[in-house]
Amino acid sequence: MGSDDRINDFVIKIATVNGTGSASANTLLMKSIFRSGIPVMGKNYFPSNIQGLPTWYEIRVSKDGYVARSGKVDIMVCMNAETYARDVREVAAGGYLLYDSTWPRPALLKRDDVTVIGVPLARLCNEHFKGVRTRILMKNICYAGVLAALLDLDLERIRELLAETYAKKPALVDSNMQAIQLGYDYAREHFSCPLPLRVARMDKTRGNIMIDGNTAAALGCVYAGATVAAWYPITPSTSLMDAFKSFADKLRIDPQTGKANFAFIQAEDELAAIGMVLGANWNGARSFTATSGPGVSLMSEFLGLGYYAEIPAVLFDVQRVGPSTGMPTRTQQCDVLAAAYASHGDTKHVCLYPANPEECFYMAVQAFDLAERLQTPVLVLLDLDIGMNDWMCRDLQWDDSYQPDRGKVLGKEDLEKIDKFYRYLDKDEDGITYRTFPGVHPKGAYFTRGSGHTQLGTYTEDSAEYQLVLDRLLRKFATAKRYVPKPLIEGTGTAKAAIVSIGSCDGAVHEALDVLKGRGIQLDYMRIRAFPFGEEVEKFLADHEVLYVVEQNRDAQLRSLLTLESRVGKSKLRSLLHYSGLPVSSKFIVDGVLADLGEGRRAVAGVVS
Amino acid sequence: MTFIPKPKISHPSLPRNELGLTRRDYEGALSTLCAGCGHDSITAGIIEACWGISVRPENLVKLSGIGCSSKTTAYFVSGGHGFNSVHGRMPSIAMGANAANRDLYYIGISGDGDSLSIGLGQFCHAIRRNVNMLYIIENNGVYGLTKGQFSASADIGTKAKKGEVNQQPPIDPVLLAMNLGAGFVARSFSGDKAQLVPLIQAGLKYPGFALIDVLSPCVTFNDHEGSTKSYAFTRENYEPVVEADFVPKQREITADYAAGEAMSVMLHDGSRVVLRKLAADYDPTDAHASYDYVQQHIAQGEYLTGLLHCRPTVATEFHALNRTPDAPLNQLPFSALNPGSRQLEKLMARYR
Repeated sequence: MGSDDRINDFVIKIATVNGTGSASANTLLMKSIFRSGIPVMGKNYFPSNIQGLPTWYEIRVSKDGYVARSGKVDIMVCMNAETYARDVREVAAGGYLLYDSTWPRPALLKRDDVTVIGVPLARLCNEHFKGVRTRILMKNICYAGVLAALLDLDLERIRELLAETYAKKPALVDSNMQAIQLGYDYAREHFSCPLPLRVARMDKTRGNIMIDGNTAAALGCVYAGATVAAWYPITPSTSLMDAFKSFADKLRIDPQTGKANFAFIQAEDELAAIGMVLGANWNGARSFTATSGPGVSLMSEFLGLGYYAEIPAVLFDVQRVGPSTGMPTRTQQCDVLAAAYASHGDTKHVCLYPANPEECFYMAVQAFDLAERLQTPVLVLLDLDIGMNDWMCRDLQWDDSYQPDRGKVLGKEDLEKIDKFYRYLDKDEDGITYRTFPGVHPKGAYFTRGSGHTQLGTYTEDSAEYQLVLDRLLRKFATAKRYVPKPLIEGTGTAKAAIVSIGSCDGAVHEALDVLKGRGIQLDYMRIRAFPFGEEVEKFLADHEVLYVVEQNRDAQLRSLLTLESRVGKSKLRSLLHYSGLPVSSKFIVDGVLADLGEGRRAVAGVVS
Repeated sequence: MTFIPKPKISHPSLPRNELGLTRRDYEGALSTLCAGCGHDSITAGIIEACWGISVRPENLVKLSGIGCSSKTTAYFVSGGHGFNSVHGRMPSIAMGANAANRDLYYIGISGDGDSLSIGLGQFCHAIRRNVNMLYIIENNGVYGLTKGQFSASADIGTKAKKGEVNQQPPIDPVLLAMNLGAGFVARSFSGDKAQLVPLIQAGLKYPGFALIDVLSPCVTFNDHEGSTKSYAFTRENYEPVVEADFVPKQREITADYAAGEAMSVMLHDGSRVVLRKLAADYDPTDAHASYDYVQQHIAQGEYLTGLLHCRPTVATEFHALNRTPDAPLNQLPFSALNPGSRQLEKLMARYR
């Protein structure tokens, strides 16, 4: 690969110890690249721990705007002796390895095909800073300085970022900048800077932001008019609730009275959290919770009540690695089936699958509209990768003409006009009935229950009456297909083979499609954005002979859901399953498709060559 | 079954409350509980209490979990909004509903199984949050719907219908609630309507979490000799120590109380609860004294009834602590909730 090819197109991986301030250094690096107009991806692989365990941060600089892992590391920054051995192995041939040479480790770092760059970071910081904690923190800022020199980052931009971060503590700007400069100067003196692999200003990030999905979803909840937030802390969903609280504390305080136009309730467990959400929605407030897999398990009984008693609710499931406690700080898409069928009995739920933070914002708003329109819980399935990593995406926009869709709610005047109100009577024949709120009108009273009920809202153990309601719920679920977001379909429409995927696989799939196209393999692509699956999904599945279902779990849960809930034949679906806990890379998909095509099936993929 | 409606025939001369409604207007569906069940007497007490203080039926939210007691929300005030949720989880539904609209009356009906076993956590945390609701436990010491297993309120030494003797210590909701800081804690007996009705009225009006633990014998599974929750045992061993009168805002206190006996606790809307002590050595407005007094008597095998503890807790009520507006959250205009496009544009700067 020529050196020109490596400008704005490489991956840096930084291995550190958690709790040492490396997060600030890594964010600083990533943002300074972003502000230079170059598309960038940042992913944090952190332990379920507060201090002392290995943690990695991966920054991908991509002039082509790819937002997924490439599956390759060009520069490894080894700041954690404990993981040296495996970190060294991971660098691609022709790559670079940066380490703290205060303690030389020639044997461990031996790689003939990699350039080793040693900088005595600890010694530099010990000479210039006082205090153990400060020295540890500054050592990490110092490697950012080294990288700034090696990669030709703009120091002014770094200063500007530090000034913004420490606006209230100007002394920290100077000390951090000093550490940056130490590393920067050392690198310039001892190595030929910049490296062939470096950054050069572009103009490809204008109109874009770097934001994580939990923050974007929380902002969506604020904009959707959610007033009651109830939750129980669980990684990796906690930051969604923290973000909501922080936005609401600024944006939802009445300027006249100082009162809070929201209620934020930390529940005693997930069971109570979803109970509060159902209670609030039942009473006419938009209410939501955020959780992860273990929380969904606990919420299941109440989700069944929400389904059967027809109560709106919005639940963000920020998926993490299972089963059981699993690996709480690693990512997977392993709740696809659990979410779709959460609870006992014949129960199914509307699910949304955002692919990035931008979509988290819009889908959060849509989730409230759908929940109220369809009078049922809506589960928004993020994952740790979307929820907790900063993604480059387009500026979030708001249309001020938006009005919430509260669905079929009878108000005071409506009730005044009617003779008698029946909660579960399908007057419009779309499976969706009318509801009322307490305190509005004497005629609006009804009884909500999870036990058998008639369409008039009374208790029943009568088979026919019971089935009437259960069948109507199925009609409602069919109606939901019309309201949920349609799949995004790309490609020529002429290929016989295609990729089908959901959520955070999207970035890796896009890059894989380009790579495969470069090799003469043209695949169509459908990204499913919601359950239940509508006609567009059915048509796409029917139109292709081979469908590679890319998802991040072991048991092919999306594939299972497709075979259960669409007309597609099982044999057409081939799974590409990534479930290591790291976000799926484009390489994984390319390799998977190529391996499959290698088995004499190239013809179906419409291979040109 | 609860789908049997009661015929609505009311005699023109029936007394009417301030809303012009008769007691019949506060009734619900026909009870399907066993004949003689204590719960039905409590239902009658709720009907009387709501009629007496002229609660607008549509402003009453009736919540419950699962069990015999939880069924009763269908048997009173059919003009109210009922919510029969899942086992042991009523308090969370109540919390959410109350957060959405602070302007309604919330009455939660639960049982000893629903509140003290499967729902113990939610019961405790509803108290901690000081949700403005009246929480009634219809306490009979057994699981009725599943045919007579002991519940967590069964006393040591009490005998089941088939002869089994309970060995595990009971959880007393009254002591528990006091311990957790509840400001309104009462115990009563389903057979004592005169005591129960003013307690329900005061509990509904009390601005915060109000608990009434009502001994309510199970005629089918726990009314035999050897049971400590039978009608006979309760009548023998339950002792009223403090009588409560609910005095609405406009009304003068006309009852004749001996000096030093009566204590008045003011509620937020100007109405009052007047406590009349039957025991001179007891201060029901002091949290610690109430707890000690009740506990000591239990140790001696005496079960005290009445409004055992009452003190104002309005400052720690959920909405007060959360600084929510006076208007219910579910009635705020969308414009007060949505920050608008310009604000979003400004926010974007943070993410560049």
